[in-house]
Amino acid sequence: MPRVTYIDTAGKETTLDIDVGTSVMQAAVFNGVDGIVAECGGSCMCATCHVYVRDDQLAKLPPVGEDEEAMLEGTASERRPNSRLSCQLVVSAEMEGLVVYLPETQT
Amino acid sequence: MASDGVVIVGASHAGFQVAASLRQAGFDGRVVLIGDEPVLPYQRPPLSKDYLDGKIGVDLLLMRPEAFYRDHRIDYLPGVRATGIDRAGKSVQLAGGKRLGYGHLVLATGARNRVPPLPGIELDGVCYLRTLAETEALRQRLAAAEHVVVIGAGFIGLEFAAVARAHGKHVCILELTDRVMGRVVAVPTSLFFAEAHARAGVAFRFGAQAVRIAGNNGRVEHVELAGGDKLRADLVLISIGVVPNGELAAAAGLAVANGIVVDEMLSTADPAISAIGDCAAFPCRHADGNPTRLEAVQNAADHARCVADRLVGKPHPYTALPWFWSEQGPLRLQIAGLTTGQDQSVLRGDPASGAFSVFCYRGGELLGIESVNRPADHAQARRLLAAGRQVTPDQAADDSFDLRAAAAARVG
Repeated sequence: MPRVTYIDTAGKETTLDIDVGTSVMQAAVFNGVDGIVAECGGSCMCATCHVYVRDDQLAKLPPVGEDEEAMLEGTASERRPNSRLSCQLVVSAEMEGLVVYLPETQT
Repeated sequence: MASDGVVIVGASHAGFQVAASLRQAGFDGRVVLIGDEPVLPYQRPPLSKDYLDGKIGVDLLLMRPEAFYRDHRIDYLPGVRATGIDRAGKSVQLAGGKRLGYGHLVLATGARNRVPPLPGIELDGVCYLRTLAETEALRQRLAAAEHVVVIGAGFIGLEFAAVARAHGKHVCILELTDRVMGRVVAVPTSLFFAEAHARAGVAFRFGAQAVRIAGNNGRVEHVELAGGDKLRADLVLISIGVVPNGELAAAAGLAVANGIVVDEMLSTADPAISAIGDCAAFPCRHADGNPTRLEAVQNAADHARCVADRLVGKPHPYTALPWFWSEQGPLRLQIAGLTTGQDQSVLRGDPASGAFSVFCYRGGELLGIESVNRPADHAQARRLLAAGRQVTPDQAADDSFDLRAAAAARVG
């Protein structure tokens, strides 16, 4: 199972082993990682599962889709070049070692 | 009996969010969350979509895992009904005899299915889609069904119809009015969705009133319409809307009029009692301050945050922009704002392309925007409407007009 690490604004790290096919958002919610709200439940409707991906890892992620691009414009914390919605990051073997930083606020 | 704790009646989106937001804001008193279902709080939107379709299990429906409640000192009482409120003594009566004292009481009692007074409504095979238990029963029934009749062409009925068709079932939708989702969307959006579902093989009967559900050996066999037509059915979904759960509040002497009446702070006339989510009728800033009751995740969660803010000493009126979504097969409908009372609708984009938005106006004022497979329009719509900015009908219809720039423009 690929491992994904979540780092909050206080620097607290949580590393999870995630089943391939589960999203980075789902794993966070299911394991009680604070800082991911995911109000719409993963429908790419709310932009409350916003994360910043470690810059050198952006290339191994699937590209930003049309829905995600639209929702990223409405994030509560500043959108940056490495912003993604974690509901759209479905874990694959290539994502082993992914590191995501949680934003200041999601709402 | 009174305590300084917060008691929340109802553990769906609104109730759960109050508890979570209180802890996030540093509230240190006791938090008790009472739910009448026997499971951990779960998300409702996927019930009619991915869960019904078997794409996700219960684990991924849950709002949070069990440890969350322990870690955040939220006393969650599952399978418990509140039966009365003693306002003078500041306590809630629970079924079974227990009493719970409160410093503040939040009513997040939600709504229940509207059940039509039809003969045969009790037959096996008549289903609903609101709770996890109902969806579980529906999913099992759907697997064995061949002929499905859906009564009511709202979000739930249409979302279910899309799943049922994808599973190869014969689906017929009965709708009393002349169009789908007529209570919430403009005519062009209704027409587009009806055509799309029809192309996928769904049959529609508009202006159709069911008068009887008939069965054999206790199991549903057909639905009879006014006029005498009989539609074969081994599964009937009742999806004609909901009734707000206001009885607890009314019995305690609080005003209830299509929902528990609250002010712009979401407080009832009793300052120790708030009401939020589907059960609350609040003066909505995006509906000229008129009493408004909304059935939506956004409304539930934003109401919850507003009340949590007040309870930790940061009161503010509720002003959030309402938004909604529905996923029906490959179609995504996103709505920003409230379009009740619209007298003009303007198309942006061509419905024939499968992606368009409808800008809804009243007296030339932009009320809301419905987007079909145009997520960027929806994102801009939320920003425009939240900021109270206007786009003229001519600008809306001009696909080269830059919505993004309009949403970002400085006011005045």
